[in-house]
Amino acid sequence: MFPSLPGGQAKQSCTLPEPRREHYVNCNAQVRLKNPCTAAFRGRKQVASRETTWSPISRSLDALRRSVLGRPVLPNGRELTTPTRMTLREQLRKKISAAFYRHGLLCASYPVPIILFTSASILTCCYPLLRLPLPGTGPVEFTTGVRDYNVPFHEPQGDLGERPDWYHGPPVAYIQQVLVKAAVSPWDSSLVPVDVFRSPLGKVFSLLEEIRNHVHTDSSGIRSLEALCLQVTGLFPGLRRMQSVLPEHGCLLVSPGNYWQNQRELFDSDPDLLRTIQKHEPKGLHTSATLRDLLFGVPGKFTGVSHYNRKRVVTYTITVVLSHYDASFLNSLRNRLKQLHPSANCSLRDDHMVHVHFKEEIGIAELIPLVTTYIILFAYIYFSTRKIDMVKSKWGLALAAVVTVLSSLLMSVGLCTLFGLTPTLNGGEIFPYLVVVIGLENVLVLTKSVVSTPVDLEVKLRIAQGLSNESWSIMKNMATELCIILIGYFTLVPAIQEFCLFAVVGLVSDFFLQMFFFTTVLSIDIRRMELADLNRRLPAEAGLLPQKPVPLRTREVPPPPRPSPHTITLQTPAFRNLRLPKRLRVVYFLARTRLAQRIIMVGTVIWIGILVYTDPAGIRTYLAAQVSEQSPLGDHGGGVLPPHLPVAPVFRGGDPTSTLSIHPAPDPTTLPENQSQGHLGPARAGRLPHAPPAGPQITWGADDEEGWRRLSFRHWPSLFSYYNITLAKKYISILPVIPVTIHLNPQEAIDMRHPQDTRHPPPSIPKVSADFQTDLTLYKVAALGLAAGVLLVLLLFCLYRVLCPRNYGQNGVAHGRRRRGDLPCDDYGYSPPVSEISPLLLRGHSMDIECLASDGMLLASCCLAGQIRVWDAQTGDCLTVIPKPGLGRSISSSGCWEQRDAWDSLSGAAESECADPSNGCDGALEDECYPLRRRSAPSRPPLFTNQPDLTPLIDTNFASLPPSNVSTPPRVGFDFGGLVERAYTEHEPPSTYPSPSSASSSPHSCTLLQRSPSLGDSTGPSTQDSAVGTQGSGDVSSVWALELRGNLIAAGRSSGKLELWDAVEGSLRCSNEDSVSGITALAFLSNRIVAARLNGSLDFFNVEINKPLGLLHRGAPCRGSVPPSPCYSSEDVINCQLTRSVQCAHHKPITVLRAAAGRVVTGSQDHTVRVYRLEDSCCLFTLQGHSGGITAIYIDQTMVLASGGQDGAICLWDVLTGSRVSHVYGHRGDVTSLVCTNSCVISSGLDDLICIWDRSTGIKLYSIQQEVGCGASLGVISESLLVTGGQGCVSFWDLNFGDLLQTVYLSPSGDGQGVRQLLVLDNAAIVCDFGSELSLVYVPSVLEKLD
Amino acid sequence: MSNSDRRQRPGSKESHRCSWGPYISAITNRTTNLFIRGGMLFSVGVFLALVLNLLQVQRNVTLFPPDVISSIFSSAWWVPPCCGTASVIGLLYPCIDSRLGEPHKFKREWSSVMRCVAVFVGINHASAKVDFANNVQLSLTLAALSIGLWWTFDRSRSGFGLGVSISLLATLATQLLVYNGVFQYTSPDFLYIRSWLPCIFFAGVITMGNIGRQLALYEHSFLQQKTHQD
Repeated sequence: MFPSLPGGQAKQSCTLPEPRREHYVNCNAQVRLKNPCTAAFRGRKQVASRETTWSPISRSLDALRRSVLGRPVLPNGRELTTPTRMTLREQLRKKISAAFYRHGLLCASYPVPIILFTSASILTCCYPLLRLPLPGTGPVEFTTGVRDYNVPFHEPQGDLGERPDWYHGPPVAYIQQVLVKAAVSPWDSSLVPVDVFRSPLGKVFSLLEEIRNHVHTDSSGIRSLEALCLQVTGLFPGLRRMQSVLPEHGCLLVSPGNYWQNQRELFDSDPDLLRTIQKHEPKGLHTSATLRDLLFGVPGKFTGVSHYNRKRVVTYTITVVLSHYDASFLNSLRNRLKQLHPSANCSLRDDHMVHVHFKEEIGIAELIPLVTTYIILFAYIYFSTRKIDMVKSKWGLALAAVVTVLSSLLMSVGLCTLFGLTPTLNGGEIFPYLVVVIGLENVLVLTKSVVSTPVDLEVKLRIAQGLSNESWSIMKNMATELCIILIGYFTLVPAIQEFCLFAVVGLVSDFFLQMFFFTTVLSIDIRRMELADLNRRLPAEAGLLPQKPVPLRTREVPPPPRPSPHTITLQTPAFRNLRLPKRLRVVYFLARTRLAQRIIMVGTVIWIGILVYTDPAGIRTYLAAQVSEQSPLGDHGGGVLPPHLPVAPVFRGGDPTSTLSIHPAPDPTTLPENQSQGHLGPARAGRLPHAPPAGPQITWGADDEEGWRRLSFRHWPSLFSYYNITLAKKYISILPVIPVTIHLNPQEAIDMRHPQDTRHPPPSIPKVSADFQTDLTLYKVAALGLAAGVLLVLLLFCLYRVLCPRNYGQNGVAHGRRRRGDLPCDDYGYSPPVSEISPLLLRGHSMDIECLASDGMLLASCCLAGQIRVWDAQTGDCLTVIPKPGLGRSISSSGCWEQRDAWDSLSGAAESECADPSNGCDGALEDECYPLRRRSAPSRPPLFTNQPDLTPLIDTNFASLPPSNVSTPPRVGFDFGGLVERAYTEHEPPSTYPSPSSASSSPHSCTLLQRSPSLGDSTGPSTQDSAVGTQGSGDVSSVWALELRGNLIAAGRSSGKLELWDAVEGSLRCSNEDSVSGITALAFLSNRIVAARLNGSLDFFNVEINKPLGLLHRGAPCRGSVPPSPCYSSEDVINCQLTRSVQCAHHKPITVLRAAAGRVVTGSQDHTVRVYRLEDSCCLFTLQGHSGGITAIYIDQTMVLASGGQDGAICLWDVLTGSRVSHVYGHRGDVTSLVCTNSCVISSGLDDLICIWDRSTGIKLYSIQQEVGCGASLGVISESLLVTGGQGCVSFWDLNFGDLLQTVYLSPSGDGQGVRQLLVLDNAAIVCDFGSELSLVYVPSVLEKLD
Repeated sequence: MSNSDRRQRPGSKESHRCSWGPYISAITNRTTNLFIRGGMLFSVGVFLALVLNLLQVQRNVTLFPPDVISSIFSSAWWVPPCCGTASVIGLLYPCIDSRLGEPHKFKREWSSVMRCVAVFVGINHASAKVDFANNVQLSLTLAALSIGLWWTFDRSRSGFGLGVSISLLATLATQLLVYNGVFQYTSPDFLYIRSWLPCIFFAGVITMGNIGRQLALYEHSFLQQKTHQD
């Protein structure tokens, strides 16, 4: 799961030298180390902070510790020095660390209240921001009365009242708009659509004339427009194409007449007015202020200049831009125009003028640096948050980090505003810099620190520990940053000061948010991660159950649903998270009811509904059309809906000829009087009397009062920008409009026609096409919307299918339930994890187990009887039985059944288990002893089918004749003829068995092993030895040392013989008996075996594996059909060659032998430890320092070497230099076992005390009193989980605190012998011997924490 | 007219010579790597030059958009390439580090580099936007900011020395250019120019060195990985 990183090696430690175990710990080390970047990131302070980590923990771990040392000792063994000797800095540091620790505990304990509190405080602090103007460039308005208007002073006065601060000084310009509404009235049937706007537009020229020539004369003199208006000097150079339209010099006076250069002749001779207007429209995307808007002064759709104008009212403005305000001139102009063109029903207010202030414009040139800074900001955030690792939801945490920074900035601005500081800087510009200055570093440091705490700690403690680890550096950095920013405050530049102020407040609030908000989020995340691990484990567990074959159940005496009294389950933090079904239950509830599916469906329906409703051609428009048609103020022209259209489109076209053929009869309301009836087709003749002819009504409404509001807010800035006048940070004053109403009679309109106007395409055609187009658009939009909806549904469905497990996405409800019911789980689909640990008993040995070896996959055990059994470490299956050597011949002489009978009569009650048929390793049921692979093996190669293999190479030593399941060969003895004969006769009976290849020998195996006593076993049934008459006394050698590697078992016997057995087949592959001194210890590394002998010599063997050249190769194993094992295939010829024998390695017996990392370490009775190099068996160091014989040695891949002696001393050595690192006395007797982890050394002694030492300082952390006789059995499962053996039970301890986590009783009766040996396998299982039984204990919660 | 564009020019030739030296006997792979790094640094330099140039002309920004493109390239055509070439100074930093045998270990992360670039742009921004009372204040502030930049992101003595020397050289070169009439500043105040230009140069050198080091670190680790794989 974690990438293998180069730095991962450095920290790994190994508790046991077995290779698989090393791999396991390797994983663990990587978890702890994360990645090298982290290590570098945390740098030196890591070392320092580690030491302070534990200081706030005030758990009394061990009373003994205090009493022995008499001084307060920190949990990590550091003595608390007296405060006087501490520098102030250290004191401060400790205090900060303790405070952070407590704070972390608080945050992790109450996540929800704290998050609520933080959100509340953020909102409170941001509240003043509501009063700030929203950022943006929208204009701000201020209205004053016209009558008492004076040009505001330049300098803002004291009592501004509600005057905005920009309202000082004269405006850039005064805008006077003359709003013209013109219509041809009454409308005549002889008129063509062009007449709607041609003559009204033509009136603009006379109006312009009037305005330009207006002169006001009073006492102060004569004033004309020329004097007052804003004189422009030239268009902006880039505006070549506007030259013909916009005035280039003189008064800035804009009107539709500009299209024709304000010349009536041009207008009159223009054949197509609309094209002229359209000509100047920009192509493609245009900004909001188009030229048409500028000239007409009203938004395009309100002008009425089109062929399809139903109202037949044309609206436009003449915009006069004045530079000076002269009330009397404007009044006279207003009066004059009103007098010329009275507006009868006009009630527009004219007493208010509006000042519009424009913010600073952001041009693209300015935008580019801004965008660049934002890009850099995002890159910074990206690169920062990318470093968040090892959390449940990376994105969630990254979001939380960004939210932390952003809301701290908002808080800072809010707080500053609250205390009276008004931000003057451009927020958008300084914002990225503020973020960069505040930075995300602390957040990342916190995450890293918390994540790198031990995984198996409780979440609360992890958070607290992580916080306190980094507390000092966080505080230091914060102080430094504050100092730097405060220095910036003394630059005395207002902008920088303001920036610094924001930054300081932002830093402080960021710190606050980090401590409260982010820490809490992090704790939630980490808790979720543990939950997720649990979830991941669930399917594996569910899959594990059915995989166990049923026959195996018979072997376990306690069946899996064990009665719980045997197990005392302490609910400890490390195991507690196993039962958290509540949240899972919610999830499963959601899944079962398909809530997500339904929500998506409902959401889609709602969305489609909204889509249909808000669609421009959708139902809303239809409704609006319905309503407006019925209302008296409705459309004049074509407001009659043809009833045959179910969904009424918008009738833009006003041509009545085709639409009005049918009156909406079902409409209950009568048409109002002013319904447009001006143009009556023949079909409508019947309605003529009801609708008296009336011209298009010109109405003035509130909309017209400030018509400029409907324009884009960029209207005025763009108009002025054409003349290179910027309105940024300035304001203009808009004077009340002058309404002008013009009614033209039809004759005038006809007179003004251009000859081509009548040649305009018949009005009916565009009408129909427009209608048709509208319909088409409507249907098109509807179809598109529908298609989009369907597509969305499909997409969501696909997403759902992808994201959700297939089994209930596919099947129906009932089906899914049925299927779930089959699984062993409740109806939520959730199978509760087995929280109690149930040991698996491996039975088969008749006597106490003496040696135990494992490589993770397999487990080899040897009992005092000399029988070696190979077990599957995963399932507890007995794979192979290798019986006591030497008896093979006795079998061959007496026959298996006979032997069995003889044994049966003699066997004691204690051995009845093996005889019990239900145990499956005996007699008729012996098949079950065999691995399944065996059965599937094809029959022997033809070469050997009918004759036994007489391979002398295998069996040079007759005493060690392997009699086991190698069916044919080993019937070789001194008497060759007889043996061969017997082999042949032996060869026959197996055919009666279902598996002939295996049956011939295996029945003996079980029988034999019970009968074969170990040499050293005096109490066992060794009296039976006499029954085996043919056996020489030298053959009775017991196994003193056992090693397992790949599928080779190396067994060292008391006779000095080294044997290599195939663990799967149970066949002897090779043996060596160069020396007769008993092998006391063995080490098996890759292809080398090191054997330590009783006489103090050390033998190095080389295991050579030769691929067979052919089947006829001498010594090739007879059975070539066994499936290959991972390391050695059965066809290989295995040679065990003595490469070197160090005769006087020690001058006393070698007691311990360990090998790892290319080193072989021996400990002897002669008080010395020797280190050899494995390759060349060269002695590197002789380590002297113990005053007693060496009894325990530990070495692992990282070359940590520890040794313990009979003097009770423990020494740590540096393997590279041979120097002694530390030397402590810990036990009142022999040190019996030693294990090291990354941080501590665990030792046990004859005094049944387990001591845990700090590895770096050599100070005892605490000790655990063991039961009598069980002191030596201990193992380390993970960095913080220690397992010890007791009387019939094993106990799990939290290594960090010395807490007892759980005790698992191995047998139902609870009595029991002590656990003398304990082996930790790499699948987090523990094997311990338990009298004659082995117990396999799985620790389920450890694995999930590690991967 | 932008002034900050013309930084680091004198360093370019030097950096080429120096960074070629140790690699001349190296494998071609390393050479191509060097070219890639140089190219990246060049583009970064050109980009920064254009953007910072825009910052300088922002004061009299026009409202009407059509001239944006011309305002981007308002400076002479040779300025961005010059800056690009000069920013190959980023090659000089890792080279000097390896020469001195003290690998730079301080904050070698992209996020830190991004922060550095942001602060550099910020310094430019401040010098363009903030109204200072007088030139002394401006140059003092800028100097403090530049030193702060160095202290926050670099903290190496070699970096400081290189920055100071290159910024002095660059200032000298710009002055020479001004004397020869190749270009001239909008502001006639001679002291004004001379006082704040070195600070900007210094900050730019530090920033470029940071980027270059980070790129070199990437190449370093990449090559190491490759040799490991081999």
